Amino acid sequence: MKVRVKFRKQGNLKFIGHLDVMRYFQKAIRRAGIDIAYTEGLSPHMIMSFASPLGVGLTSDAEYMDIELRTPVSSVEAVAALNRVGAEGIEVTGFYQIPEGKAGKAMTLVAAADYTLRFREGRAPDCRWQEAVPSFYAQEQILVWKKTKKSEQEVDIRPLIYGMRCLPESPDTIFLQLASGSAANLKPELVMDTFLGTLGIKPPPFAYEINRCELYADTGTEGSRHLVPLSGLGTEIL
Amino acid sequence: MRKLALNDEILLSVEKPARYIGGEVNSVMKRRDEVAIRFAMCFPDVYEIGMSHLGIQILYDMFNRREDVWCERVYSPWVDLDRIMREQKIPLFALESQDPIRAFDFLGITLQYEMCYANVLQILDLSGIPLLAAEREEDCPLVIGGGPCAYNPEPLAAFFDLFYIGEGETVYDSLFDLYKACRSEGLSRREFLRRAARIPGIYVPSLYEVTYHEDGTIASFAPTEEGIPAVVEKQVEMNLTDAPYPEAPVVPFLKVTQDRVVLEIQRGCIRGCRFCQAGMIYRPTRERSLACLKEHARRMLENTGHEEISLSSLSSSDYSELPGIVNFLIDEFRGQNINISLPSLRIDAFSLDVMSKVQDVRKSSLTFAPEAGSQRLRDVINKGLTEEIILQGADEAFHGGWNKVKLYFMLGLPLETEEDRREIAHLADKIARKYYELPKDHRNGKCQITVSTSFFVPKPFTPFQWASMFRPGDYLGYAKTVNHEIKAMLNQKSIRYNWHPADVTLLEGVFARGDRRVSAAILEAYRQGALYDAWTEHWNFDRWLRAFEKTGVDMDFYTLRERGLDEQFPWDFIRVGVTKQFLKKEWQRAHEETVTPNCRVQCSGCGAAAYRGGVCVEGSRKVPQAG
Repeated sequence: MKVRVKFRKQGNLKFIGHLDVMRYFQKAIRRAGIDIAYTEGLSPHMIMSFASPLGVGLTSDAEYMDIELRTPVSSVEAVAALNRVGAEGIEVTGFYQIPEGKAGKAMTLVAAADYTLRFREGRAPDCRWQEAVPSFYAQEQILVWKKTKKSEQEVDIRPLIYGMRCLPESPDTIFLQLASGSAANLKPELVMDTFLGTLGIKPPPFAYEINRCELYADTGTEGSRHLVPLSGLGTEIL
Repeated sequence: MRKLALNDEILLSVEKPARYIGGEVNSVMKRRDEVAIRFAMCFPDVYEIGMSHLGIQILYDMFNRREDVWCERVYSPWVDLDRIMREQKIPLFALESQDPIRAFDFLGITLQYEMCYANVLQILDLSGIPLLAAEREEDCPLVIGGGPCAYNPEPLAAFFDLFYIGEGETVYDSLFDLYKACRSEGLSRREFLRRAARIPGIYVPSLYEVTYHEDGTIASFAPTEEGIPAVVEKQVEMNLTDAPYPEAPVVPFLKVTQDRVVLEIQRGCIRGCRFCQAGMIYRPTRERSLACLKEHARRMLENTGHEEISLSSLSSSDYSELPGIVNFLIDEFRGQNINISLPSLRIDAFSLDVMSKVQDVRKSSLTFAPEAGSQRLRDVINKGLTEEIILQGADEAFHGGWNKVKLYFMLGLPLETEEDRREIAHLADKIARKYYELPKDHRNGKCQITVSTSFFVPKPFTPFQWASMFRPGDYLGYAKTVNHEIKAMLNQKSIRYNWHPADVTLLEGVFARGDRRVSAAILEAYRQGALYDAWTEHWNFDRWLRAFEKTGVDMDFYTLRERGLDEQFPWDFIRVGVTKQFLKKEWQRAHEETVTPNCRVQCSGCGAAAYRGGVCVEGSRKVPQAG
C-alpha cells in the first residue's frame, strides 16, 4: 500500500538538513513499529521519497513523504505512533493512502508552494513597504538577473508568482504562492529581494523568517491551473 | 520550545548547526529546580565523534537514573563556532538545557586519546572556567577527568580538580552523595576535594606533591596531608551483567561516526599483547551474560530505531558465547533489515561463515592485525598470531569469495630490526600468492591487499612502558623500508601501503608518559592556537615545538630515553591490578622473545586476580556448588 505522510517541521528543527530528516524518519518508522516495505537487492533500503527538500533555516507546516507499507495501518494509529516516538519540532499531521503507480509520486507532482515570510526581529526595513506590495504584484513582467552555470541572463519571474499579499490578520507577514518543483521553481527569498530592490532597499543577511505552508499538485488541464494540496490526492486509512 | 543558546544568524552561518541544538530523541530533559546536581559530560572533540562514544552513553544513562542528578552533554564547538564564540564572548553551553557550563556543579571530561588535550583547554576556556585548577573559585564547576588517558593523569594534573581512575559504574554515587552532604554543610571546595580523595578511585592532584632528581626523574610522589591515600585504586565493575546499560541511547539527528546500537559484550582482553594498554588496564576480562545481551539488543533497537547493531569488545572472538550472540542477532534481526556488524573477530571458519551471512562478501574486506612482520617480533610483542594462521585464514577467505584484505602493523616497536620491517612486505606478498594460487575461475579479479602501519607509542601500565621512542627521521626511514620492500615484491601491484605521519606520534609519546611539568607546554601550545590536533587539517607540529621550547620542556626526555627498571614513573601511584613486577617480567620475556600464554590457557599471575572475578575465577566457576 502506498502512503503519503504529511508533517510539520518547526522550531529548532529548522536547523536539521534534508538528509537528516530522511534519516530521522527511517529511525522513527522503526520505533513506531510501522511495517514499511524495502527495496529488493543486496542492500535493501526503505521505500521512501520526499516531495521537496526544505532548505536549512526554513520551517514548514506541510512536508510530504511517500512510503510503501507491507502491512496496512490506520491513519489515526500511524499518526499517533509516529508522534509518540518523535522529536519535538516534527509533528506528523496526516497519513493517507495514495494511488499505486509511479505517476502519483509526490516528488513529480509538486507544482506550487505557499510561503509566509516575516522579517526577523530588528531586520524589517524602516518604511511602509507593505503598501508597495499590490503594485509590485500587479506588474505584468518582473525581470531579474539569474546566474546559470555558464552565463547570467535576464528572466521574467512574474509568471511563476501565483499570489502575493500581506496577511490581513498579520500585516507584517507576507504571503506568497510560487511555482515549485522540477518544471519551474521560484524561491521566496528571490521574490522578496527583488521586491525590496524596487524600493531601493537591500535587505541585511538573514533578514527573513520563512515558513512553507503548503505544497500543491496541479490537476488543471489545458493550461488552466488547478492547485490541490498533496494530501488532497490521498484518502484516510480507516 | 527550548530556547537555544545561539541565535539563528550564528546557527545558520556555521557548518552543521544540528551539532549545537540538542533535542535529540531520548535526550534527557529535567527541571533545573528539581535536581540537586547538574553534571555536564564532555567529550572534547566534535559532536559526531563524541556522540559515538559508548562510555559516555553508559554514564549519561546511569547518572540520569538518579532523580537528584541531571546529566547533560557538551562537545567541542567546531573551529567555525569556536571563533564566533570567542569574538562574541558567548559562553559554552550544554546541549539539553542550553545553559552555560559555568553554572554546573560538575564538568566531566573523558580523555580517550592524547591528541584531545588542547581541546580540553578549549572547553574550560569557552566555559569561562580558569584553566588552572588552582585558580578556580568556590562557585566554579568541579572539573573531573576520566577514561584511558586518566591512567597517567599527570600531564593534565594542573587543569583538573579530580580524576576518576577506572570504570565509572562503581563510585560516582558516593561522589555525588558526598557532594550533596558537603554542600548542605556549607563546606568549601577544598574540603570537598579532601574528602573526595578518600573515595577509592578518586585522585585529587592538588593534594599530592612531586619532587625530582637532578636527572629529571621522579624522586618522590606523596600526599601533602594526613589521611590522603598514597595509592589510588583503579575502579572495576565486577558484575557487568547487572551493571546499568543504556536501554534508550540518544539518537542523533546528524550522521555520527557510530550510527548504530553498540552492544558491549565484554571488558578486558585475555591476550596480553605487550604493547596494548587496554589489554592491561581493563583486566580482568569480564563477560556480560548472553541473556542480558539479548535483552539489551532488543530494547535498544526498539528504542532507537537504528538499522544496525554492532558488537563491541577488545577481542570478540574470545567471548565465550560468541556463537550464541551472533546467531541470535542473525536469526532475530536479519528479517527486519537490520545490519549486523562484527568487528574485532579473528579470521577462522566460524567468523567467515557468519560474516558471509551478514555482509556482501565481494564488497567487504577482511582485517588482520599481525602488528609485526616477523614471527620473531610477534613473539617479542606477544601477539599470538602465527604466519600459518594468517595464511590459512586468508586462504579460507579467498575460497569464500573475499578478495580484499587489510593488514595492520606497527613500526618503531622495541627490539625491532630492519629485517622485521621487510618481513611486513613479505607477509603481504605471501597472502597475495595464496590468492593467485586459486584456479582462475574461482578468482574475482585481482586481490587488493592494503598494508597500513602506525608508529608505536609506549603506554603506561604495559610491559613496554620502559621502551624508548625514536626520532621523526627514524620513523619515516622505517616506513620507507617497508615501502621499498613492497615495491620489490612479485605481487606489488596488488599491495597498497599507507603510513601515518611521525610527528603526531612523538607528541602522543610525550603525553602518554609525561609528568606534571608537561602541562606548561600544553598550556602554551593552546595559547598559541593549538586545537583539534587529532584532525590532520588542524595539526601543526611547529606550534607544539615552539611551545615546548618556550616553556623549557624537553620532549626528548620523555621520548628518547630508555627508562631504568627502577625508575619511579609518574603513574606509579595508581594501582591497576596488574603489578609493576609482572610488567617487568614481561619486558624481560620480550627481550627473550618468549611468548606468555593467554589468561584462559594459563594464569601468569599478573595481579588482576586481586579483583576476584572475571576470567581469573572462570576455572572455579565450573566446580559444582555445594548445597
